[in-house]
Amino acid sequence: MTVLLDVAEASKLFPTGGGAGAWSRFQRRFSGGPESLPKVYAVDNVSFSIAKGETVGLVGESGCGKSTLVRALTRLIDLSQGSVKLGTRELALKPARVFARDRDRARIQMVFQDAGESVNPRFTAFAAIADPLRRLRKLRGKTLKERVETVAIQCGLPLQLLTRFPHQLSGGQRARVGIARAIAVEPELLVLDEPTAALDVSVQVVVLQLLQRLKQEFGMSYLFVSHDLSVVRLLCDRVLVMYLGKIVEAGPAAAVFEHPLHPYTQALVAAVPRRHETGNRLRLIGEPRSPIDPDPNVCRFYGRCPQGTDACKTTMPALRRFGAREVACHFAEGFLPQTNTVS
Amino acid sequence: MMGAPALSVEGLSVEFRTRSGVVRALDNVSFSVAKGETVALVGESGSGKSVTAYAVMGILDPAGRIGAGRAMLGDLDLVAATPKELANVRGRSIAMIFQNPRTALNPIRPVGKQIGDVLMRHGHVSRRAAPAHAVEMLRAVGITDPARRAKAYPFEMSGGMCQRIMIAIALAAKPSLLIADEPTTGLDVTTQAVIMDLINDLAKELGMATIFITHDLALAGQRSARIVVMHAGHVVENAPTADLFANPRHPYTAELIAATPDTAASLDELAAIPGSLPDLRRTDLPPCRYSERCPRKIAGCAQPLPHAPPDAAHIAACWNPLPDRTQRAMPAATVSAA
Amino acid sequence: MTDIAATPRPESSLVALLRHARYVIGENPVTGFAFALFVLIALAAVFGPHLVPYDPLASDTVESLKPPSLHHWFGTDQLGRDIFSRVVVATRLDFFIAVASVALVFLMGGLAGVAAGFYGGWTDRIVGRIADTIMAFPLFVLAMGIVAALGNTVQNIIIATAIVNFPLYARIARAEANIRRDAGFVEAARLSGNADWRILALQILPNVFPILVVQMSLTMGYAILNAAGLSFIGLGVRPPTPEWGIMVAEGAQFIVSGEWWNAFFPGAALMVAVFCFNLLGDGLRDLVDPRRRT
Repeated sequence: MTVLLDVAEASKLFPTGGGAGAWSRFQRRFSGGPESLPKVYAVDNVSFSIAKGETVGLVGESGCGKSTLVRALTRLIDLSQGSVKLGTRELALKPARVFARDRDRARIQMVFQDAGESVNPRFTAFAAIADPLRRLRKLRGKTLKERVETVAIQCGLPLQLLTRFPHQLSGGQRARVGIARAIAVEPELLVLDEPTAALDVSVQVVVLQLLQRLKQEFGMSYLFVSHDLSVVRLLCDRVLVMYLGKIVEAGPAAAVFEHPLHPYTQALVAAVPRRHETGNRLRLIGEPRSPIDPDPNVCRFYGRCPQGTDACKTTMPALRRFGAREVACHFAEGFLPQTNTVS
Repeated sequence: MMGAPALSVEGLSVEFRTRSGVVRALDNVSFSVAKGETVALVGESGSGKSVTAYAVMGILDPAGRIGAGRAMLGDLDLVAATPKELANVRGRSIAMIFQNPRTALNPIRPVGKQIGDVLMRHGHVSRRAAPAHAVEMLRAVGITDPARRAKAYPFEMSGGMCQRIMIAIALAAKPSLLIADEPTTGLDVTTQAVIMDLINDLAKELGMATIFITHDLALAGQRSARIVVMHAGHVVENAPTADLFANPRHPYTAELIAATPDTAASLDELAAIPGSLPDLRRTDLPPCRYSERCPRKIAGCAQPLPHAPPDAAHIAACWNPLPDRTQRAMPAATVSAA
Repeated sequence: MTDIAATPRPESSLVALLRHARYVIGENPVTGFAFALFVLIALAAVFGPHLVPYDPLASDTVESLKPPSLHHWFGTDQLGRDIFSRVVVATRLDFFIAVASVALVFLMGGLAGVAAGFYGGWTDRIVGRIADTIMAFPLFVLAMGIVAALGNTVQNIIIATAIVNFPLYARIARAEANIRRDAGFVEAARLSGNADWRILALQILPNVFPILVVQMSLTMGYAILNAAGLSFIGLGVRPPTPEWGIMVAEGAQFIVSGEWWNAFFPGAALMVAVFCFNLLGDGLRDLVDPRRRT
């Protein structure tokens, strides 16, 4: 299994409450307070890797940092620290501002959640799909047209729809335009940020099956970000669970859902609606801790967690490995399945 | 069948005038909700489930017109009611909560006051007593530190909290029927679970009937006693939850179940629904709006759909329904049946 | 499974544009009327000077201050010049002032605003301070000051009008660019290899344009009124050039003595033109914004 993307100790901090410029800093110093601003730890020391041809799911609720992480990986924003290696190349060295013109830009592409938002309302479907081909592959004229049409057909988009604007297309058709645009330049890694969240369930099936087929045909790796665990369970080989900027659990998708080890994952899995069960009452109470300047010694989940001992508020649990599983919890051993082989 | 239903919708038809034509959004929609029952109204976008709720509450878009039908809340026909009658009933006997709590709350009024408004108007609570009652309502919906939060504005609160406040406002006057229009869409799944628990618990406590509108069949299956499936402005199936999943009769219901991923073991088990919604502006819509995309279509499908007996437990609006899995080669009625 | 049936068949973009134009004009008769009037004004501006019965500058003191008649539809002014000819010829100048001012302020204000909204930081601060400085002055006084300092020529009137309207355009453009800065399609454009300037020019500006278009038609009316106002106080166009404002200024003194036609007809022309541009604003926006189509 060759590693395609390797993320190591990635962190992204956002200063909050006030200006970051020289004048504001001076003002703060003058008024006697701390010179540096409080920071939101959107992504905190995250490490994981994606192998070639693998589909990795990234789940977590709003505010967990998955959107920020994903934007840092696709080089739309810069990390505060850490490394992102694509193959042998360290991507974090080049600032996001200039990465658009980089020679490796085409290797990582993204499909957005709301294709209506992510396609310029003044562009036709053709223009939207053609844009990356024009800029990154320098295609023009007839070759461009042929390539756009090929990709459209691969995505199940009838050619007549290429002249339409986004608002003239249905939700499912727009989603396919977004996918076609992303795969047109043949990326190695495709990041999908909640691609089916805004779609009806029957259209979702079509899109998911399309994504499966494309992956098999082109051997891309996927990073599939979603809050819908039922979908992640079906599409992904491995899954990462994020909470307040940190990865709390990682492992093969089926195993994580069947037998979650981290208390947060357990609550998450318990909350997923399933038609026949009337829900086991494992519920999270209260609000998440503040992501602003969190205490580095306190587990982020402490307070909402059904467990909670002194150990949890004096030592931050590290991500520990148990075979193919990784968990960041002091009590992980207690949740391991009672067999010799850990799946 | 225990007594009169909390709400009985009969033959409701709604159309919208738009600049591209008349959209026949609802056609002859009928269902009822018993007292204290939770019924889910399930359908994809364009099915008309929200339109049904808006028509019942009398808050349709001005371009919409109720062409026919009644919505009986006890003795009052909501469709034919005067604005005064509606104003008296909304909030007191029937309440609604919406998908986006932020847009449903007044952004420039503290939340405690918004709850107090309902209490004073419908709950016979004096102006003096209202703030204390409001704090109690906030506590009942699980807001921590309610006394302080009552003075806060909606923008200071998270999505989940705003949803709880909307529930508090809706339930302040203890209505007998709550309509919840996609109340948890857009919320995190853990928050969704807690909010749905809250709605269910409060409903049980108040003996309140609930109409739960959602596109998520799994969620409907988990939270409601009965499911009404809608497609293109028609009710296609109406059955107790367990029955619906074990024994779907309408082809659309079966397809919808097959597309819902919660219990599928792999992606290949899921199936997309063939075809697409018919254009509701057409004047030549067939009597069964699913027939054009239905694999089980027969010649008889061109006939107007059969009327279901009003107290049948499991209704499917179909000329060629899926075989009844509960009947095992037994004749429909035999003289000697006990 | 495709669902083409759900959405109508598209046509070539030109045909679609014309059909949409016809729809927009047809749906709201007021817009249609405004459009027709605009065309009339534009035609008068272009062809007027060639078609007028009299030379607008030719004075004939014998015929001075004659009321409207068959020979002189709008009467004559104090120098015997035909008012009708002067009004029609003035259309060209006033129309030119309006169009040029609006084009200039759109370029200046639109680009500055969009850059400020998109890049933020120092660009935003500088543009903001410039706009604030301009807005600190009563606008007409500022226009007066600029024209007085630079001299009363038509170019300076145009520049003054553009400067005075700069803050409004910069503000609108900045707000729109700010909203779209983090829009999905901007991120997608970056992923597709577009450099920032390209995103600004090809993605953001075209989306900002429809909103500015409404403002532009209002500004056209304002520009004419501004020029008229400046002429009225002697800081605008110099006589004997026919311009509506100057004609109203010169004719105002005659109203008291009963020769109402001197000031009335140029004033009416001013009013009609401004009225037309204001009504046009909405219609133009409907036409340009693709989301409103069908």
